[in-house]
Amino acid sequence: MFSFLLLPGGASAVVLPEDRTDTMIHYYDGGGVTVSGPALLVRKSASDTVSVSGRYYVDTISSASIDVVTTASPYKDKREEFGVGIDYLHGNSLMGVTVTTSKENDYLADSFGLNLSHDLFDGLTTVNMGYSQGQDQVQRTHTTFEADVNRYSYRLGVSQVLTRSLLFGVNYEGIAEEGYLKNPYRAARLLGGTIPENYPGTHDSQAISVRAIKGFSSDSRPASSSLRAEFRYFRDNWNINSDTLLLAYQRYFSDRVLGEVHYRYYTQNAASFYSDNFTTLMAYRARDKELSTFHSHSVGAKVTWNFVKQKFLFFDRMSLNFAHDYVFFDYQDFTDVRTGQPYSFGANVLQLYVSAWY
Amino acid sequence: MTARDHRRGKWLVLTMLVGTLLLWTTTAPAVMPAVGSLAPDFTLRSNTGKNLKLSEYRGQVVMINFWATWCGPCRQEMPLLNRIHEKYSKSGFKLLGINVDDNTGNAQAMAAKLGVTFPVLFDSEKRVSRLYDVDGMPSTVLIDRSGKVRYIHRGYRPGYEIQYEAQVRELLKQ
Amino acid sequence: MTSARTTIVLACATLLLGACSGVKSYEREMLSDPIMSFSRDPVSDQYLDHVYDVREGARGATTTQGGGCGCN
Repeated sequence: MFSFLLLPGGASAVVLPEDRTDTMIHYYDGGGVTVSGPALLVRKSASDTVSVSGRYYVDTISSASIDVVTTASPYKDKREEFGVGIDYLHGNSLMGVTVTTSKENDYLADSFGLNLSHDLFDGLTTVNMGYSQGQDQVQRTHTTFEADVNRYSYRLGVSQVLTRSLLFGVNYEGIAEEGYLKNPYRAARLLGGTIPENYPGTHDSQAISVRAIKGFSSDSRPASSSLRAEFRYFRDNWNINSDTLLLAYQRYFSDRVLGEVHYRYYTQNAASFYSDNFTTLMAYRARDKELSTFHSHSVGAKVTWNFVKQKFLFFDRMSLNFAHDYVFFDYQDFTDVRTGQPYSFGANVLQLYVSAWY
Repeated sequence: MTARDHRRGKWLVLTMLVGTLLLWTTTAPAVMPAVGSLAPDFTLRSNTGKNLKLSEYRGQVVMINFWATWCGPCRQEMPLLNRIHEKYSKSGFKLLGINVDDNTGNAQAMAAKLGVTFPVLFDSEKRVSRLYDVDGMPSTVLIDRSGKVRYIHRGYRPGYEIQYEAQVRELLKQ
Repeated sequence: MTSARTTIVLACATLLLGACSGVKSYEREMLSDPIMSFSRDPVSDQYLDHVYDVREGARGATTTQGGGCGCN
């Protein structure tokens, strides 16, 4: 009849999301690009059945990436994103609506999303459905150029408690995009010379992921460590197929300190209209390294220090978190024109954030 | 993909959907003791230092509350249950909190933190939870003076404590 | 088989397993811990997803709901 088991960990069982605020500073540095900024997420329940959330995110970009350096000049940009959401709990179902708007000086994006989660089998199974719709406006600085992108995405997922220490989930997401899908600044190569890119007018993709978490207990802690594995298969109508594998191990070192290490492997093959250097003129042509054949390895660690564990002012719990990921991108068919060799680069991704529950 | 593959795929999906629905509707749910039946007897170690046995309280109105430190609504409810305990314990009412944490130390610490004065019994092996086929946390069972189950409450929502108090008063009058 | 059909099959298999799952409500202690969550810190997971989404061809089916960016 109603969700009576509050699981703050969030394993299955449909409940109102926890009241919490996260304040983060993020930093990315790799391939000549530096992106940093704050991220803020605030969530508060307005009643037993309604929760409201707000999100603010900024990317301040300093770009001297390979595309920029070889075809243009380094630039600085800033992207700001605002989002608000409302969640409503009714019986065993949680319904949510979110609205997001993102703005940088040559790209505007608005989207709204609907989400529905429903409990079955006494909260051991949760079914999740989502739909979102977005509209982007692509511009080109110092011109009056303007073009639109429409995006529709559908999500379906099931998460299941298999044993008292094992969780399993499967998720599907289909995305359909149409409109001006390319980057107005980037150029492709034709026999060594530059030529404007041209992308198909639609981009339809499907992704399916399976994930599992296994928990381990010790004498002093019922949940002392956990191992998580995730695999995602992706393919789209641009002929890109990709696999993503994620492994994460989390462990309590004491009552207050939690550590995590994770590894991620990603591989994809190139889009059908991608080429590092076209030899003939094709109707669709792209030289975006995101659409090339490449793989990446990421290794990362995160430390969480629960420095407040009982009532302090109006907070029940507070934690300080620091995460560092190193990602190495290795391209097979994208050449670094400065060296003539296949391009590769490493990036450092840092996060520092404080989470507070109340 | 051939037309044959499509048909096979459709049948597979249909079979799985039907199979799932069948299993879903025929799986037997957990059943707590029936109202009017004798409450199953048990003995558990408690934080009073002694083992407490349910049938020893025959003649009193007993409320059993199954709770755990990891259950939010349970923690919310405890101070309110404590108030009922303190108000009616001298009138022949006994409140027994049955904790199901694996680690009894955590249970004691939480009970102390919440200022609980009624006895906390330790069911870390889940023997009594299984005996009562507890199907939700928290679960509250009200037992009358003759040892019969009279009211069962699953979960906790603010306002339940008003019902609890009304039912305790009703059973105390009998 | 298409991805959508694969998901439906896997989802039903999961539901079937769910009907047989014998985990009782009083046995959910481990599951209530944050380390048993698919997404313990949404703000951190959303950020990392964004870092990868922007640099890779793949998108979707992660633990967080896709945001509005779609930045090129």
